[in-house]
Amino acid sequence: MAINWFKYSSPASFYPLAGRLIPWFGILAAILIVIGLYLGFVVAPTDYKQGEAYRIMFIHVPAAWMSMFIYVVMAIYASLALVLKTRLSTMMATAMAPTGAMFTFVALWTGAFWGKPMWGAWWVWDARLTSELILLFLYIGYMSLYAAIDDPRRAARASGLLALVGVVNVPVIYFSVKWWNTLHQGASISFGEAPTMAATMLAAMGVMALGFWMYTIAIVLMRVRCEILERERHSDWVQEMVGRGTHG
Amino acid sequence: MSGSTSMFSMLACLLSREVKLAARRLPDVMTTLFFFVIVVSLFPLGVSPEIETLRTIAPGVVWVAALLASMLALGRLFGEDYRDGTLEQLLLAPQPLSLLVLVKIISHWLVTGAPLVLMSPLLGLQFGLSGEALGVLVATLLLGTPALSLVGAVGAALTLGLRGGGVLLSLLILPLYVPVLIFGAGAVEAVASGLGAGGHISLLAAFLVLALCGAPWVTASALRISLD
Repeated sequence: MAINWFKYSSPASFYPLAGRLIPWFGILAAILIVIGLYLGFVVAPTDYKQGEAYRIMFIHVPAAWMSMFIYVVMAIYASLALVLKTRLSTMMATAMAPTGAMFTFVALWTGAFWGKPMWGAWWVWDARLTSELILLFLYIGYMSLYAAIDDPRRAARASGLLALVGVVNVPVIYFSVKWWNTLHQGASISFGEAPTMAATMLAAMGVMALGFWMYTIAIVLMRVRCEILERERHSDWVQEMVGRGTHG
Repeated sequence: MSGSTSMFSMLACLLSREVKLAARRLPDVMTTLFFFVIVVSLFPLGVSPEIETLRTIAPGVVWVAALLASMLALGRLFGEDYRDGTLEQLLLAPQPLSLLVLVKIISHWLVTGAPLVLMSPLLGLQFGLSGEALGVLVATLLLGTPALSLVGAVGAALTLGLRGGGVLLSLLILPLYVPVLIFGAGAVEAVASGLGAGGHISLLAAFLVLALCGAPWVTASALRISLD
């Protein structure tokens, strides 16, 4: 059976679909995160070198993954929006940015909590920390540009272009920061990921990452629904739906 | 007249116009240069006048000051033309917009970036850099400041005519300047500590080439979005 995927690229038909999907992704997110936390904090063995403090990893690492994935997905939506001029893609891109920034911040914050007992410092100018910080700046720049432009269509296109420039630059920045650190002072601290990780640790991290994915999808769908209503408020279907809502 | 000659005459005309405008408004150009000199001169006051300390921080200080100076100058890249309507005429011109943008960026670099490059050896001397390090400093600035102008042009086009455009511009552009800063300052530092600067300079040149290929095109799209 041929499915007409483009049907759901119209905000009017995507809005109710998103509404139906949100509870599923929300429930999945809650279940997976609870399982992941249980595995990570109760089942996983204590690390022989890092003690109990390493357990923050189960939040830290998936958050760092998400922060990077979301930026790439955001840029893909932005490019779809610029190439195909689909309204929904621009809305998806803008809806993802706050969640991505949140995960970047969580990764930095939990990283600081992990760094203090392990390295004795809240912050070191390690390559990964620095590029994560720059990623946060990129998210903030994206959101500020979007907020600074009054016309939502121009705002979406301009910030979409910025996201594309950013995604080209992310690997350049990452490698330049990496070489900067290694050329500059030598790796005084290397990220000591245990070479062989216990299977439960790996499983806990995978489950947490999946849970964060589900959370991201749920929250992005919620945000995109608000975005759709705001931008399409003059269209007939929104007027009709709102009218029906108040009467019924 | 064939198409290509008319295009080149148009580009040459645009270049001479930009340079002439800048020459008539020399104080504007000098402001950027003096900003650069002042920022660099503040560091010995704030950090320490000791020549050993200064020599270590010199590459970073000169480069950060060059970054800020070139960013501050970006407001003038499209600002004037946007206000008086020239920019809309450029958008309507039959020549490819990305080429026109490239010419504007080159002329902008000639009046804001090139003076910084010329001034930098003097500042390096104040910080006690050796002759070899001074040469590398000039070489990296010569490669790096055009890259800054190119990358910055994207931000300047995106923030055209916005409230608080200047501050927003710095938020958008400074993270993208990071690679230039790292390789530029890194090259000088490598020479100062007895290592070769070749690797850094090659990477800087690679970044410049990448920016040269991508930035005019992206800037042109950004201008179309901003003037839509």
